[in-house]
Amino acid sequence: MFDPRISIIDDRLSTIDRVIAVVSGKGGVGKSVIASTLALLLAKEGFKVGLLDVDFTSPTTHVVLNASGLQPIEDKGIVPPEIHGIKYMSLVFYLGNTISPLRGTELTNILLEILAYTCWGRLDILIIDMPPGISDLMLDMLKYVKRAGYLIVTTPSKMSFETVRKLIMLLKGLGAQIIGVVENMLMSGSTEYIRREVEALRERYLGGIHYDTSLEESLGNVEELLKTGFALELKSILQNIIM
Amino acid sequence: MAEAIISAVSEVADKENFKEVKSVLVLVGELQQVDREVLKFAITQLRPDKLAKTRFIIRVVRASFTCKACGHKWPFRESVLQDWVKEAIHFVPEVAHAYIRCPVCGSPDFEISGGRGVWIAGIRGER
Repeated sequence: MFDPRISIIDDRLSTIDRVIAVVSGKGGVGKSVIASTLALLLAKEGFKVGLLDVDFTSPTTHVVLNASGLQPIEDKGIVPPEIHGIKYMSLVFYLGNTISPLRGTELTNILLEILAYTCWGRLDILIIDMPPGISDLMLDMLKYVKRAGYLIVTTPSKMSFETVRKLIMLLKGLGAQIIGVVENMLMSGSTEYIRREVEALRERYLGGIHYDTSLEESLGNVEELLKTGFALELKSILQNIIM
Repeated sequence: MAEAIISAVSEVADKENFKEVKSVLVLVGELQQVDREVLKFAITQLRPDKLAKTRFIIRVVRASFTCKACGHKWPFRESVLQDWVKEAIHFVPEVAHAYIRCPVCGSPDFEISGGRGVWIAGIRGER
């Protein structure tokens, strides 16, 4: 017995030039806002962009994009709806506000289902918002989307970087492509700790983004979001990410 | 789904050096709520020449759940679900966890113990 979904994943992703998975060792570091804003910035720059929310039990990118009332359509697979110039796919389309407690095997099955049946069409870049940590879905990504590049997000906290260090070691050990590390939520007085640690691991420190008190208020309002200091700083390190 | 089946069968046929693939047994989980005839038709439309004579046998496997909290086992009864929930489960069967609860203890922590997804259970070919 074998699962035919696995045979079609590479085919489905073959129309996408580049896959960037936004990851971190811990939750609450700003992965989803960075993934969503990155997709928005790229779309604004004229790239054909897709955004896939793989944080199946706690998806939040729809909050950032204010993606309510959207539905994928079925046409030889699942065709993701478009919002703000982004082809967008999230389990929230099928879950609404219900809670979805899921164990590892189920998470794997959902990922396979979405990878096998989502018809992205031609894309320059697909951004994937990953759940935190190095458990099932991270291992599945490494197994089924071998060409993904990993954009790692940390805060200036030593605790956050402690988990990122393990993530980097895992990715390096498996030969995955690490794009670099973004330091989010920099506070005044933050030290060079993260940069030093990243460079000691021989990875790229892509830049820092300061803690922005206006960010929370702008979530769900894309025009306001793109005017925040957060978005401007992310834009200034965009070249480091996509080159 | 038809594309995935064809792609997987072609891959196996190449690997096994089959000159001809005689038949393929496909198991479709009840949770997927796929019409057998529609799937058969889609396969017929999409199959490449080398699978033109292949007989695709499609069997539906009844879906069942096992509660991880209390151990109760029960069958899937799509008729009790609203249409939009059925559609959501059709696209991503694991979404069932958001809408179905164990009828004994009410837990959402259950296992889909059978009848999810699509499986290729056998391929008969000639070298």
